[in-house]
Amino acid sequence: MSILTVSNLTKQFGGLVAVNSVDMTVEKGSITAVIGPNGAGKTTFFNLITGVYQPDNGNVQLGSSSLVGLKPHEISRHGIARTFQNIRLFSNITVLENVMVGLHKQLKAGIVGTLFQTKKVREEEQLAKEEAYHWLEYVGLAKHLNEDAQNLSYGAQRRLEIARALATKPKLLLLDEPAAGMNPRETRELTEFIHRMREDLDVTIVLIEHDMKLVMEISEQIFVLDHGEKIAEGKPAEIRNNVKVIEAYLGKSAVTPA
Amino acid sequence: MLAEILQSLPQVLVDGIALGAIYAVIALGYTMVYGILELINFAHGEIFMTGAFIGVAMLILMTGMGWLAAMPAILALILVLVVTSILTGFMGVGIERMAYRPLRNSPKLITLISAIGVSFLLQDLVRFITEYKRGNYILTGPSMFNEQFSIKFSSISSSFSDAFFKTSTMILIIAVVIMMIGLDFFVNKTKWGMAMRAVAQDRETASLMSINVNKVISLTFFIGSALGGATGVLFAVQYGTIDPYIGFILGLKAFTAAVLGGIGNIRGAMAGGLMLGILEMFAAANLQLLTGGIFGAEYKDVFAFAILIVVLIFKPEGLFGKAVTEKV
Repeated sequence: MSILTVSNLTKQFGGLVAVNSVDMTVEKGSITAVIGPNGAGKTTFFNLITGVYQPDNGNVQLGSSSLVGLKPHEISRHGIARTFQNIRLFSNITVLENVMVGLHKQLKAGIVGTLFQTKKVREEEQLAKEEAYHWLEYVGLAKHLNEDAQNLSYGAQRRLEIARALATKPKLLLLDEPAAGMNPRETRELTEFIHRMREDLDVTIVLIEHDMKLVMEISEQIFVLDHGEKIAEGKPAEIRNNVKVIEAYLGKSAVTPA
Repeated sequence: MLAEILQSLPQVLVDGIALGAIYAVIALGYTMVYGILELINFAHGEIFMTGAFIGVAMLILMTGMGWLAAMPAILALILVLVVTSILTGFMGVGIERMAYRPLRNSPKLITLISAIGVSFLLQDLVRFITEYKRGNYILTGPSMFNEQFSIKFSSISSSFSDAFFKTSTMILIIAVVIMMIGLDFFVNKTKWGMAMRAVAQDRETASLMSINVNKVISLTFFIGSALGGATGVLFAVQYGTIDPYIGFILGLKAFTAAVLGGIGNIRGAMAGGLMLGILEMFAAANLQLLTGGIFGAEYKDVFAFAILIVVLIFKPEGLFGKAVTEKV
């Protein structure tokens, strides 16, 4: 069963076609990678799915509902969460509070209830704190809960971004270069962690990544973008030997022997 | 000279805290909006002024109908405060909706001009309505809470003289303290406060965490304007006479207080307001003495703003602001 269906998706910035009629189907519960050289339109593709940009053409469908025209916060309510290529935590608030922001949608407290601090609202805030703590434990940051997010190490900040995304209880989790800047050991841990998330949380994962070892190891399905177009899709073994992909990454001379 | 300054110090402090409390609450409105939109909402001073007019109009109306005499004055004041803050709160939301939101993605300067426009519009609207109804745009409210008290500072040490204040001063200070504690709690401990801080730091990411950014911005304007309007009522009760132009200079000073405390920082705005109020009163009381009669009390603003300049030269981020460090 497919959870995400993208059809004919197109986005233009002036004369530049950043994403050009891309089709993509992601199976529920799978781990999918989107790869491609720099500037291929991968992050734009994520931005289109999460509603940061509106597509010029095409459709994005989560389960059976179309997401086109919805605002980012509405799409987030449908069950899509993401992390960022350049870490975008709320750096001046605490680690725990960062995760609590992710819990925003499930707290029912309206503005009036908040102003009067009804018993229900207070209980709810307490539960939210506990749940946020649970997510911090899950990613291994529980002991840092009261530090400002900006004081965490780089790897820890990446994990905090994932914890914040998980707190929104996504059906679909988009990871934008999760291994960027990590050393081999951290990357190995991340690989295990992504597997664990899928087992524990029943979440479908789509990731953008440049680390080919990680991509080949982890993904069941790979999509390759180049200059905004999808040039290949398939299993890791198929992608590895795909002539077009090698050409896109290494240039024509790599495929045609001199 | 020192003895004379010391003599008047208790009175300076009482008056300074009262004035500073007013600056502080208005400064909160500036700082909250700046924190979330990076917009200097110049119409905020006018919201304060409009609050003062709504409050006084209600009090006059209630006097006319004999209600004011029929119920305890403090109850009447609370009623007026609540109604006024709800009205000005919605006014703030409306202003953001009509004058700022359509310009959200244009350069900051454009929105700033729009804010100045709203500010003039409100001044003239209030002036027009008041003049139309009363034949004069200067309004004097019913006299309330005028009982005088004194604190016997002289019994502590003979170098102090007693400080006098009115019941209204006490009410003003208590009300402001309640508003500040309430706001601080709201921003730091509740779901919506957290959403506000998240939006202030990164609007786009907050929206990707399912926070409705427009709702949070409306809420920010509502709270800031409600507090501003309520302060207007307190101001009118404390100082008696109001006109449609009180918002301009008071707003400017409150903005100064927000900058002094570090704009965008809520506790900073509170501290900045109090400091500016006390400095101003100190200058008003002692300037003549300090300069040997060259400058009179009317130069108090120069004194207060000179201190602002000195602070900003040495600490441009404000007293409580965090220096923004560029990442390398």
